[in-house]
Amino acid sequence: MTSDNQWPLWEVFVAAGNGAPHEHVGSLHAVDAEQALQNARDVYARRNEGVSIWVVPSSAITASTPDDVGSFFDPANDKVYRHPQFYKVPRGVRGV
Amino acid sequence: MTQNGMQQTPEDAAKVAEFEARIARGESIEPKDWMPERYRKQLIRMMSQHAHSEIVGMLPEGNWITRAPSFRRKLGLLAKVQDEAGHGLYIYCGTETLGVDRRDLIDQLLAGTAKYSSIFNYPTLSWADIGAIGWLVDGAAIVNQTMLAKASYGPYARAMVRICKEENFHKRQGFEIMATLSGGTPERHAMAQDALNRWWWPSLMMFGPPDAESANSEELTRWGVKKKSNDELRQRFVNQTVAQARAINLEIPDSELRLDEASGDWAFGKIDWDEFWRVVKGDGPCNRERLAARRAAHADGEWVRKAALAHAEKHAQAAVA
Repeated sequence: MTSDNQWPLWEVFVAAGNGAPHEHVGSLHAVDAEQALQNARDVYARRNEGVSIWVVPSSAITASTPDDVGSFFDPANDKVYRHPQFYKVPRGVRGV
Repeated sequence: MTQNGMQQTPEDAAKVAEFEARIARGESIEPKDWMPERYRKQLIRMMSQHAHSEIVGMLPEGNWITRAPSFRRKLGLLAKVQDEAGHGLYIYCGTETLGVDRRDLIDQLLAGTAKYSSIFNYPTLSWADIGAIGWLVDGAAIVNQTMLAKASYGPYARAMVRICKEENFHKRQGFEIMATLSGGTPERHAMAQDALNRWWWPSLMMFGPPDAESANSEELTRWGVKKKSNDELRQRFVNQTVAQARAINLEIPDSELRLDEASGDWAFGKIDWDEFWRVVKGDGPCNRERLAARRAAHADGEWVRKAALAHAEKHAQAAVA
């Protein structure tokens, strides 16, 4: 059996409605951006699942790594003062 | 469980323990997370077989698109077969997150070294078979995939959520076909009954061998890929299908079928596992035909894939110039 050249991999992000964020739904292979968009529509939006699609070459995505999850997100661990519950409000005061 | 003869270092043992603790906490395993090689291999095997099944599953039904009895039926069947192609793509892409190429998986399918669901090696002899497939085969797949939607591997679970949503339409369109035929002339009723007779037992086999003989179940269950056993899922399917068959005046072809009052389960007759293994090993009614059709489709589509690539390269050069 002959193997084809494998088309590049793209990640697909779909916004479910007006005002909704684009969320990752999966990936697909396509020769270029235009075909990636068309394939994304046919593979991931056959039932009006979206009003907008982004396709991004998988190779263009830089991601944090699970091994670093501790140290990478560590700076946020001890900053309770970034949350409203950290601050005291006198009893009976509303709307603060 | 041996690790395929690989030596386990103490570090690996610690990692495996942490991995299994994550599974026990119900955490989702994601592509870049550390996982035992054996988990990766089992998932690649299971997911690629699942993807192949979606693709090969288009063949028995595609056979009837041009012969659908009405435009409404043709629209429904076309949409269903297109969904199956989409499902194959979701799962191939999910499998690729484990570090394999789809091209290699497809090569294995075409070379005949990969497995796919043995149900697709049975022929579709009449239009009623399209009804039986939607109702029973997709119905059984939904029972299995609803469980897999909670699998420990994130990309697999997410693909299953999407697939289950879509397959509810498959099941209903199949049931509607069966209900319509069953309520029609005596000849049409007989067609529906004949299809049920032929598809019932292979549908029960879809859940895989009995728990006691299922080689991979123990490991897949321990690692949270499977949450229910083959026999539990099979029982769930029988329980829900008996009433559906009665509602449309069809008889399940099993003289031993009876309600067990104590458990509330429908007890059923003995499954012919010799037939199951025969079909799995390549000697079903249509194994050769299915592979030949896939190979021909792949070869016939090669010029399209080449042309698309050439077109993209030409436009990329034009954009640079």
